[in-house]
Amino acid sequence: MNEVSKDPKKANNGKADKPKVSRRKFLIGSAAVAGGVAFGAYFILRTPANPLLRDLGPGEAAITPFVKITETGITFIVPRADVGQGILSTQAHLIAEELDIDPGTVTLDPGQPHPIYVNAKIASNSLPFQPLDEGFVPRTVRDLMETVARVSGAQFTGGSSSVADLHEKLRHAGAAARETLKTAAAGRYGIPAASLATENGEVVFPDGRRIAYTELAADAALVEPVTDVELRPPERWRKLGTVFQRIDIVAKSTGAQRYGIDIELPDMLYAAVRANPGRGVSFDRYDDSVAREIRGVHVVVEVTDGLAVVADNTWRAFRAAAALDVDWQTPDYPASSEEMWRVLEDAHREDNIDSRLRDDGDVDEALDGADVVSAEYRAPFLAHAALEPLNATVLVEPDHVTVWTATQVPTAIRDAAAEMTGVGKENVTLHVLPAGGSFGRRLDHDYVVQAIEVAMSVPGTPVKTTWSREADMAHDFPRPFHMARARGAVSGGRVVACDIDTISPSLSASWFGRVFIVPPGPDTLIVWGAYDQPYAIPHYRVTGYKAPEVVPIGSWRSPGACSNSFFHEAFLSELIAAAGVDPLEERLRLISDPTSRRVLEAVGEMCSWNGPDIGAGRGRGIAFAHSHHVPVAEVVDVTVTDRGLRIDDVWIAADCGTVFDPVNAEAQLTGAAIWGLGHAMNCELTYENYAPLQTNYHAFQGMRLYQTPRFHTKLLEQAPAVAGLGEPATAPAAPALADAIFAATGQRLREMPFNRFVDFA
Amino acid sequence: MPLLWVLRDELGIKEPKYGCGIAQCGACTVHVGGSPVRSCQLPVGSVWSDVKTLSGLGAGGALHPLQTAWIEHQVAQCGYCQSGQIMQAADLLARNPNPSDADIDAAMSANLCRCGAYPRIRAAIKAAAASMRGGE
Repeated sequence: MNEVSKDPKKANNGKADKPKVSRRKFLIGSAAVAGGVAFGAYFILRTPANPLLRDLGPGEAAITPFVKITETGITFIVPRADVGQGILSTQAHLIAEELDIDPGTVTLDPGQPHPIYVNAKIASNSLPFQPLDEGFVPRTVRDLMETVARVSGAQFTGGSSSVADLHEKLRHAGAAARETLKTAAAGRYGIPAASLATENGEVVFPDGRRIAYTELAADAALVEPVTDVELRPPERWRKLGTVFQRIDIVAKSTGAQRYGIDIELPDMLYAAVRANPGRGVSFDRYDDSVAREIRGVHVVVEVTDGLAVVADNTWRAFRAAAALDVDWQTPDYPASSEEMWRVLEDAHREDNIDSRLRDDGDVDEALDGADVVSAEYRAPFLAHAALEPLNATVLVEPDHVTVWTATQVPTAIRDAAAEMTGVGKENVTLHVLPAGGSFGRRLDHDYVVQAIEVAMSVPGTPVKTTWSREADMAHDFPRPFHMARARGAVSGGRVVACDIDTISPSLSASWFGRVFIVPPGPDTLIVWGAYDQPYAIPHYRVTGYKAPEVVPIGSWRSPGACSNSFFHEAFLSELIAAAGVDPLEERLRLISDPTSRRVLEAVGEMCSWNGPDIGAGRGRGIAFAHSHHVPVAEVVDVTVTDRGLRIDDVWIAADCGTVFDPVNAEAQLTGAAIWGLGHAMNCELTYENYAPLQTNYHAFQGMRLYQTPRFHTKLLEQAPAVAGLGEPATAPAAPALADAIFAATGQRLREMPFNRFVDFA
Repeated sequence: MPLLWVLRDELGIKEPKYGCGIAQCGACTVHVGGSPVRSCQLPVGSVWSDVKTLSGLGAGGALHPLQTAWIEHQVAQCGYCQSGQIMQAADLLARNPNPSDADIDAAMSANLCRCGAYPRIRAAIKAAAASMRGGE
């Protein structure tokens, strides 16, 4: 509690005087952490101390952990990482809406890793319940998992969870700051706070006089923060929900934007890495005599999985790394894709059953004696291949470590830096920088650990370690390969039975094991996108089989769903065709969830749906997914041309509850669909001699402009809860395209990438 | 040493980006003598004329119409490819004031965008072309 005098006039008798209060007295509670209620023990409920208070100077106020005000300016702490999805701007606008200030006038700071910035929502995302099940047990366990996340203090960006997790916290922060500033102004001038208004970064008095928030900083530091605030309803929003400019758009259009790879520091050195192209093992011997002779080379360093070269620029470091003569150790997993697929096929055994989270009716009885439809589907390993190659800059000093990098897991980096160097966690400073893409790759911090190892070899000198594109491809944690075997039956023009066995290594075990702790229970990511769909098929079963890891794997834009949605929807499409009914009508017949029905109806209206037949040499496909709490329906039109198949148009309808930033929301819908389509068409990692054959963009490019269709999007706002849009539109893209290709050509595509079977124009 | 790394590490000019190092992504695109060049492939000793990067694209310090269109259409997501995209598009518009979809596809498909900002890249190029033709 605030031990300082409650009378701000007494403490700050006149504008010029700085309050003489010691820092440790600023133990102000926080108004910003909404949602921290009803989870049991006090220890868990207690709000972590506001980290901004630690570094406050005299006359500076940190009213909430998200807003800091000084005489010279206002800073918003925006703790979720912007990897291109626009969350920097969304976070700023959420705070600014309630604080009544132009977010373009505010400094945006990702902040330091701290438990108060925990992402609780993401922990409850992967629980083994139907997402639409609001029964007692699912609700209680979701609450429990969010509590566990709070205690652990893990702060990460992912799972399309940022807006869901933050939209109330940040608006509360803005509102609490606004009301506290009004209280400070009221105290200074002896008038009731209720008579004051706020606008454009200023408190407005009844007589029209105005005083800037920054001028009130010293006073605000001394008043008890106003925590009991009501959020403005959407109809009172000025900017949220309207078309506004993304905060980083000018910098990103003029070349002014700086990324992790652009950091320059005085006396900085530059490093490149030469790691074992195989995973999990290092070298037997190496000869660095040639590399050391290259101009500008300072030192060759042994790091995890290989070697690094420190030089006076990146190019020389790259060249020297390539000049190292190394004998690599042999990994202990299968050397080739062919052998790896055999491992996955062999894992389809009773004793590998990991979950059966959907088991409606009696599938075995329904299929017994029926005319069974069966099919097998495959999804390959895929790289993230963000355009900015992974990099981190690190300065190791005797009592302090400073890291500059783009990351989705800042607390993991802080902990690793402290452990590796022996400094206390409080002596690790992490500058989280904008990322040139991620798609889930920066949920791992291996590249930062390696950069710390490099910097530890030249203490006192900052070193930027940059991976070559080839290193980035070889040392990705790819989307796991995944397969499904499905059986089903139809009767009287209806889908009556659907039994999907989905087989994959455990992404949770692999990724959580590296970054956090392996969660107990089944790995829902093996079945995500298949078991959790809102279809009421009478006999309906989804079984997850856990396969050996083979190579370490990672989260890839819509993990689980990016493969399972293809399996599930492509097979449903086959069943619907066998039943001889309309793909949209049959889906609507099978779904009772009103939110999901609405997006299907909306996409049908948008494209004037009249079945898959849209004329000779053309085809129309449809798919639906409930992905990351968002129902999405997509329709794809293709045309057969003499140069191959061309995607003409894509329609997308989705419901994310509330649209805060419509321009960015549309970008996420189309970007996620392009991600899903481009990789389904063109991309795979194939392994030979323990490493992917695809070493650069000539062999792995996703979609390029000439293949990009026209997009038509619609966002509904009737879903009961707010959800994020970074991932959902990826899931239905591949099956909608496969469905369209079937409509145009009669060919069923059951394996990605599709360009192994058809040509695209 | 390639022009890209002289610009980035020696001169501190950061608009051209390293993405692939083998002329497959276009993130390093700059103009040399007015023509778009993949600076990761051009040895600095072979530079034959003036080098221009994105911040020098607009006349007299003003924004180039493409940059204005990029801002209005909110093209960028992560933005890492956009310096290269705009430099490539500037060459297209210098040669073709009224490009069709097919012209845009042909000129721009060697510039990779992993976020999938392509629909807005198309729209912004058309808007900039219209504005440069005199606000049709």
